Amino acid sequence: MRILLPVNEQDLKTELSPSFGRALFYMVHETETNETTFIENMAATSPGGAGIKAAQSIVDLHADVVITPRCGENAADVLKAANIRLYQSISETALKNIEAFMNNTLAELTQINPGMHGHGG
Amino acid sequence: MKIAVLSGKGGTGKTLVSVNLASVIANSVYLDCDVEEPNGRLFFKPEHPIEEDVNVLIPIVDQERCDGCRACVEFCRFNALAIIKGKVKVYEEICHSCGGCTLVCPQGAIREIPKSIGRIERGVSHGVDVRTGILNVGNESGVPIIKKLLESVDDDQRNVIIDCPPGSSCVVMESIKSADVCVLVAEPTIFGAHNLAMVYELACVFEKPVFAVLNKTLAGENPSKTFCIEKNIEIAIDIPFDEELGRVNSNAGIIVEVDENHRELFMDLYDRIQKGVGHEAATHS
Repeated sequence: MRILLPVNEQDLKTELSPSFGRALFYMVHETETNETTFIENMAATSPGGAGIKAAQSIVDLHADVVITPRCGENAADVLKAANIRLYQSISETALKNIEAFMNNTLAELTQINPGMHGHGG
Repeated sequence: MKIAVLSGKGGTGKTLVSVNLASVIANSVYLDCDVEEPNGRLFFKPEHPIEEDVNVLIPIVDQERCDGCRACVEFCRFNALAIIKGKVKVYEEICHSCGGCTLVCPQGAIREIPKSIGRIERGVSHGVDVRTGILNVGNESGVPIIKKLLESVDDDQRNVIIDCPPGSSCVVMESIKSADVCVLVAEPTIFGAHNLAMVYELACVFEKPVFAVLNKTLAGENPSKTFCIEKNIEIAIDIPFDEELGRVNSNAGIIVEVDENHRELFMDLYDRIQKGVGHEAATHS
């Protein structure tokens, strides 16, 4: 299974990025091999639609699970269409979040935020 | 002459100035470009306005023809398209209606269909031609409605008062583009001066002649006035803080119709703009 988490530092002990679409990196964890890699989020500096672009890249990576503190409605829509499951993170490090998920103690993400959608532009 | 009335934030008195200025000018047009919350019509109350829909074009994908090549997804700078399991999804509220995806699709699988985003209401009241842009709730950008409103007065020889949205974003830029002059309304506070600086900077980018209207002025210091003096901005009029004005305005009354002093004040504003812009035109020619 491939688990993905939004982060701003390439470090297992970093806390998760408060923004899903504009996180600087995504931490990708393979449960079968226990391998962890970081990939750059090309959508982080996108002028608009960052959530959709970020979610598209996650769909293309064939992630199975996303653990995040929050997620905008468009990003969630893209992820759900690809049957990617969304889980609510806990205020702990990325590594602890993965452990919590493996121990079945994370809840599914139910609160989807309305996006910024051009506000502030 | 097209006179745009703007301010860096809401509640400074843009609509107060616009409605009253339009009311003292014979045979004028009032355009409400504050399409997210147009309230000039509450003062003018035009009867039986004529309504016209405003549409934008959004892409629709023929999934049978689409071969999932991603050309459209990669082209869209606004990321309004996503491809999931070989199917393209369109996020209408992100789309800026550029039509690019339709052009780049090698399969000809994308066409555009109209989507209503709001409407324009037109009516005459108090001798003023009142035109109001109204954006449907839940829509992202009022720019297409503002464009259409301004197009409607393109060749109009009358005086047009453009009541702008607050701030200095795209919708404001669109509203002042074709204006001959910008009137900046400011409150007598530090925050007011900051907001004045924002719209002043914008008007400078567009190389528009500017006038300031200092609203709600009181005795004592006025940071907005200080800013005007520093930047050499002509203060067209001061509108002193006045309870009666507040009362009339909050009851959707037009102050120049009930108070002679305010009528003279707004006539003075119009005179100063006319003289100032005339002078500007003379120096440019």
